[in-house]
Amino acid sequence: MPGQAVNLDELIARDYPHGFYTPIETDTVRPGLDEDVIRAISAKKGEPPFMLEWRLAAFRHWLTMTEPKWATVRHPPIDYQTITYYSAPKSKKGGPKNLDEVDPELLRIYDKLGVPLAEREMLAGVAVDAVFDSVSVATTFKKRLAELGIIFCSFSEAVREHPELVQRYLGSVVPYTDNYFAALNSAVFSDGSFCYIPPGVRCPMELSTYFRINAMNTGQFERTLIVADKGAYVSYLEGCTAPMRDENQLHAAVVELVALEDAQIRYATVQNWYPGDKEGRGGIYNFVTKRGDCRGARAKISWTQVETGSAITWKYPSVILQGDDAVGEFYSVALTNHHQQADTGTKMIHLGRNTRSTIVSKGISAGRGSNAYRGLVKVARSAAGARNYTQCDSLLLGERCAAHTFPYIEVKNASARVEHEASTSRIGEDQLFYCQSRGLSAEDAVSMIVNGFCKEVFKELPMEFAVEAQKLLGVSLEGSVG
Amino acid sequence: MLEIRNLHVSVEGKPILRGIDLDLRAGEVHAIMGPNGSGKSTLAHVLAGRDGYVVTDGEVRYRGQDLLALAPEERAHEGVFLAFQYPVEIPGVANVYLLKAALNALRKHRGEAELDAMDFLALVRDKLGLMEMDEALLYRAVNQGFSGGEKKRNEILQMAVLEPRLAILDETDSGLDIDALKVVANGVNALRNPERAIVLVTHYQRLLDHIVPDRVHVLAQGRIARSGGPELARELEARGYGWIEAQAGEGGREAAPEAGEAGR
Repeated sequence: MPGQAVNLDELIARDYPHGFYTPIETDTVRPGLDEDVIRAISAKKGEPPFMLEWRLAAFRHWLTMTEPKWATVRHPPIDYQTITYYSAPKSKKGGPKNLDEVDPELLRIYDKLGVPLAEREMLAGVAVDAVFDSVSVATTFKKRLAELGIIFCSFSEAVREHPELVQRYLGSVVPYTDNYFAALNSAVFSDGSFCYIPPGVRCPMELSTYFRINAMNTGQFERTLIVADKGAYVSYLEGCTAPMRDENQLHAAVVELVALEDAQIRYATVQNWYPGDKEGRGGIYNFVTKRGDCRGARAKISWTQVETGSAITWKYPSVILQGDDAVGEFYSVALTNHHQQADTGTKMIHLGRNTRSTIVSKGISAGRGSNAYRGLVKVARSAAGARNYTQCDSLLLGERCAAHTFPYIEVKNASARVEHEASTSRIGEDQLFYCQSRGLSAEDAVSMIVNGFCKEVFKELPMEFAVEAQKLLGVSLEGSVG
Repeated sequence: MLEIRNLHVSVEGKPILRGIDLDLRAGEVHAIMGPNGSGKSTLAHVLAGRDGYVVTDGEVRYRGQDLLALAPEERAHEGVFLAFQYPVEIPGVANVYLLKAALNALRKHRGEAELDAMDFLALVRDKLGLMEMDEALLYRAVNQGFSGGEKKRNEILQMAVLEPRLAILDETDSGLDIDALKVVANGVNALRNPERAIVLVTHYQRLLDHIVPDRVHVLAQGRIARSGGPELARELEARGYGWIEAQAGEGGREAAPEAGEAGR
């Protein structure tokens, strides 16, 4: 019958409206991976000997490892010898000359997301040398931070300028022996961000603007290290809500957070990489190791993530609660559409006394998307009085998607209290019809319902980011990403 | 305002409505009564555009338009409103947010500027008073944890804010105690005006003590078996539905001489 509610499947089955361009690359190391390639990378970056030794050790260890198979994701084998592990910042000569040449659909999305005009050119890969005055913005920003003793720079710069800090903390949370992808990253990582907040300093701004301007081309093997010294506070925003061009299929990043006594780190991620097409061709494999270490008493680390992109997401931002009374939090929204697969969750390792952790995970599956929550709550014998609260909710849109929950709980201290709640629901045709009968379009209705479902996570995001994330989900469901 | 001609509707291949004729003019209130399973709620849902209700014959014209060709939200934009028998819960979405999004969707359709937060709140507070509702209800998730009475009041609150031309109230009286029923009825009565038509779908006479309809139609076995004035409702209250069902079963439309003449 005509004039009926829009079919949910139709609504979520639309295309990612823009493909990727092929930029002309310059200054690349030959494809493949061996010790010579690693030496070449290290030499090109002008690294001190300790860095090279560390990379080589990681590589040698990687050779002894095999890819993990336990995640509920499927992909064809990856040939690590065909990957190019180093290329200088990409030339933009192959890109569009100005916004008039950019896919109008992409511009429409930027508009819908409210991306500032100045940033649109950069995101769309417009071939202009200085998209806007990023240098002066960055300089002003850095000066303000420097006055407080805060170090915030690229990883390469940190290796050169602050080798003692890098050497002390690099690999101290995620050693290169940790897992296959972390080992690979340790061997070949190209660049990333480094941040150090000195004792007692509260970083006066969200470390986001700078990141969005400067850290776009950090490449596929990105490494981030954030250290909050005693009593310090920092809120760090990674990623961008707007769709980004990226021609690398495999991403294996590592993020390490170290919070000393009374320090607090909030780390928020919005990930919106190319998810592949409707049939599941292409798309980014996002195999990330993120871990925080509450190394001192009363330290606190919060992970908040909104994952809507990538063909495959494999990540478990975790917190090691070493210090007494330390607090770990994980708030996650993961959306999979079409053939996207996500296996994501967290690990909360309680070692200190009276440590507390909270896990709130919201998985949304649409199309043929598959979404798994995998979480470990581990309470060691030493962690008297530890407490954990876990809540895992799954929302299904359509008939062919999947949601899985794999909660692992290991408790070795009888005084611990661990709670787990889980739910799975389907976006009801009745909810949709209710909103439509009040005048909302089907798309707006789905967006509203999904945003409502994610509310507990969004409220953990910095205000401005939360608004963007809400819009992003709307756009994602409309079909731009999924 | 609303002309229904020979409307046949099936649900999952099973005929539910089997030739409904109904005319409704602006300013009128019509009650649709009938026993369970007679097709009352089906009629309400078809008019609002719910999926899964297949029109196999007949037509519905609303203000000169083919209503059945419109999507549910388009019907809402044109001033059709359905108060749900079972209002739907939407976790995490504040009641006030849905209300504002709905009103602004209608305003946008009419080419009017969206109301800002202050003007909107002033408008809603006014309507809250009418429905004797606590403002706190605005900030709770849509219908979540609402009592039965709160849900139904909330439906009429939406109606008061959205000011539809054609309001269909699907068993708005069910599950209400007498005090809540009065509040809801007062709300609806306050919304009666010469520009607006209201369809009351109800099983019981008691709602009609408080909202006196212009016409009463009795559905039986998918047809309007009988139409009349408010006195018909009282007759039903006294005699039950059995005799009408029996008539409808014997002769179909012939046994219900007034059917199809309703409201002309």
